[in-house]
Amino acid sequence: MAEAGESRKVRLRIRRRDAAGEPAYWQSFAVPWQPRMNVISALMEIQRRPVTDTGEKVTPVVWECVCLEEVCGSCTMVINGRVRQSCSALIDRISPNAEVITLEPMTKFPVIRDLVVDRSRMFEDLKRVKAWIQIDGSHALGPGPRQAPESQETSYPLSRCMTCGCCLEACPQVNPSSDFVGPAAISQVRLFNLHPSGAMHADERLEAVMGAGGVEGCGKAQNCVEVCPKEIPLVDSLAAVGRDATKRMLLGWLLK
Amino acid sequence: MTVIKLCESGIPVDLFSLVPVKRSHSVCAQGGINASVNTKGEGDSPQVHLEETIYGGDFLANQPPVKGMCDAAPGIVSLLDRMGVPFNRTPEGLLDFRRFGGTLFHRTAFAGATTGQQLLYALDEQVRRYETVDVEDERGERVAGERMVRKFEFWDFVSLVLDDQGSCRGLVAQDLKTMAMRAFPSDAVCLATGGSSIIFGRSTNSVINTGTAASIAYQQGACYANGEFIQVHPTAIPGADKLRLISESVRGEGGRVWVPRDPSERRFGRDVPESARDYFLEEKYPGYGNLVPRDIASRELFKKCFHEKRGVFSAERGKNENEVYLDVTHLPREVLRKKLAGVLEIYEKFVGEDPYENPMRVFPAVHYSMGGVWVDFERSASGSLTEGSPRNQATTIPGLYACGEVDYQYHGANRLGANSLLSCLWGGIVTGPAMAAYRSNLARSAWDMPSSLFERAEQRQTREFEATLSLGGAENAYALHDELAQTMLVDCTIERHNDALDRTLAKIEEIAERSRRIGVTDTATGKMNQGAQYVRHLRNMVVLARVIALGARNRDESRGAHYKPAFEQRDDAAWLRSTLALHQPAVNGAPDAVRFVREIDTSSLGQNNQVTDKVDLTLVRPRARKYETAGAANKVTS
Repeated sequence: MAEAGESRKVRLRIRRRDAAGEPAYWQSFAVPWQPRMNVISALMEIQRRPVTDTGEKVTPVVWECVCLEEVCGSCTMVINGRVRQSCSALIDRISPNAEVITLEPMTKFPVIRDLVVDRSRMFEDLKRVKAWIQIDGSHALGPGPRQAPESQETSYPLSRCMTCGCCLEACPQVNPSSDFVGPAAISQVRLFNLHPSGAMHADERLEAVMGAGGVEGCGKAQNCVEVCPKEIPLVDSLAAVGRDATKRMLLGWLLK
Repeated sequence: MTVIKLCESGIPVDLFSLVPVKRSHSVCAQGGINASVNTKGEGDSPQVHLEETIYGGDFLANQPPVKGMCDAAPGIVSLLDRMGVPFNRTPEGLLDFRRFGGTLFHRTAFAGATTGQQLLYALDEQVRRYETVDVEDERGERVAGERMVRKFEFWDFVSLVLDDQGSCRGLVAQDLKTMAMRAFPSDAVCLATGGSSIIFGRSTNSVINTGTAASIAYQQGACYANGEFIQVHPTAIPGADKLRLISESVRGEGGRVWVPRDPSERRFGRDVPESARDYFLEEKYPGYGNLVPRDIASRELFKKCFHEKRGVFSAERGKNENEVYLDVTHLPREVLRKKLAGVLEIYEKFVGEDPYENPMRVFPAVHYSMGGVWVDFERSASGSLTEGSPRNQATTIPGLYACGEVDYQYHGANRLGANSLLSCLWGGIVTGPAMAAYRSNLARSAWDMPSSLFERAEQRQTREFEATLSLGGAENAYALHDELAQTMLVDCTIERHNDALDRTLAKIEEIAERSRRIGVTDTATGKMNQGAQYVRHLRNMVVLARVIALGARNRDESRGAHYKPAFEQRDDAAWLRSTLALHQPAVNGAPDAVRFVREIDTSSLGQNNQVTDKVDLTLVRPRARKYETAGAANKVTS
């Protein structure tokens, strides 16, 4: 496809690390531009031909990606200083005049290699807050509880959380000297506590986010809702769960 | 679902996944899941669902498993509802259902346009719950610290462990964070590893869908069936890295496909008046319109763009693109927002145009594999499946099971939309009890086998991987994949010609040969090495590509997604049968090959079963497949 833009290059500056504990270093690459290109397709070019912009042959850059359409949550990285999914980072938008694009791994999770980080703590947090409906079993028990269309419209956006980690990365309260669980897991508490069957175990989930590292750790910076790729109303979730937790803390002892 | 069923019967499970389970490809399923609940009072029933699924699949699917699936569907959707899936609701608070391809009924339950994501999450949550539950011993006492489910995420399946009798006794997997190989004993293994569309390069599939697990099982002796049946989805967004799916539900909710009547039309889609639009699917198929099955819609789109050169004109490039319009601009914004936002958002984000205002531009893309690992079933007296039989979903390797897209069982020659989420759920519901039954009838457990069996398997895979790391050839694995994908995409998808397939087969052999001379781009040891892992996946893709292309070359007829212009008719006398492929390993310098058979032996648990390639047609008798008239797919109303 010989076109006007054929000689156009996409320039990337990538923060790399060979393995956990090893020093980080920067490398720059220039790859041919293509129409409708995103950061992933640029990384794929580097994978094919791992050569820096000065012609040095290097090991290919390692990163995570799966669905490439922003529903799996894999490809989160810090692009030009902002955390986001790299699949939906279209080159023409983030670098309209061929500006250098910087790619860095998220900083709130341990690095495994290059742009890959270990987000297993987020899945552990889902266990901690019991992010599931406690069904009696998978045998035939008839339909679930009837629900108003409006309640589906509240729950569905919360249920689209991909555990991508953007909100934790952007949250100032998530840092090495804090054990704040972060917005994602707290929003899941709200989701399951809204469900008619889930509500029967609401207190267990609330207790999981009361006390150290819980919802009180939120500093109301509201960065989470700014960076969430699925536009989940995380601030509303934090407020709602915070309210319920306070109520439970004040009145809980009466119920015991 | 398999894991949940096993846990419910008290059997602990080790769960291996290439990526965190929550990031698996099912998240990409958009439109919904079929279940004939008839809440719209249209006269739908599981029987109609069965008939339309069989008809849509051009009669190639064995009918008892399909009946089992369609009968179970309403219960499956209820179960998902109980698990908290946020399905869309009616004003009365019931589940809402929408239309999909190949039917006139509202049969598809949905959660916005990210139903697969929501279903996967619900199941992942239930499995996560079992990650916190302790194992109980025979006396019912808890074994502290041992959980019902152990998850191994970022692990790649590399080999089955087979004993001297050829039974599966476990597997070897590789930890992708350290690249260490490890063997795991197990009384039974289930592959729920999805499809293989990445063989065709860019497709609607996630990058992990290389079919590597299915290919490994096939190379270790499992029969692979109907490989040539590859579904091409009519509506996807052309892209540099992926062809992103635009769900059939867009048409189910009233979206219309058209091209300008004038091939040199230069106006924007929205500015083209009604009279200048050619709604070609509605004109040719008045009965089903835009909701004809995918094989038919894809062929019509391909014909319009490729043969008639009537795709949307691009002023920028001065030619007619391989693109047609998919239009929802006439539908109420509020309906679109509630029911389709998830998919319209993908179009908006990746194309940069507003689909609420401008008709979308789409083209067909490889989407799903109807074929897959051959699995057995046991027919019940009522003509359905005998639930709990260890034969259900069993592969030809005793102790190895398969369910989901990786199996070949439910969709015949063409899958109907919203039947894939159903078939993978149902497959799991059947597989769990089948594995439990197999295990309880085993004379000897995997833990009674000599440890040398597992040590040897682990060492063999470690050596193989070291050999890959030391590859210093001139070939680039990514470039080889591009070449493979190109030939498969051009010659082995919507239209197939024998001369082109011969060239494809020669090309596959060439690539197989060159793939021995790869130079690995990353030689890192002891840490994540995607380059070396990719070499293994590429080699496994080449093996499956051969099965797909040879199956297509041999089948001289047209049936469902398999279409040969030189053999336009379906030929039931010669080809109403499953394609059964066995792997013939390389010997004495001769490369490995495919051995097609008419009969397979599936001896397991001391029982000997001879199975032929004959399709079980006990419920719906084959007839010509046509979608011009409304109700043609449904015998009851035609």
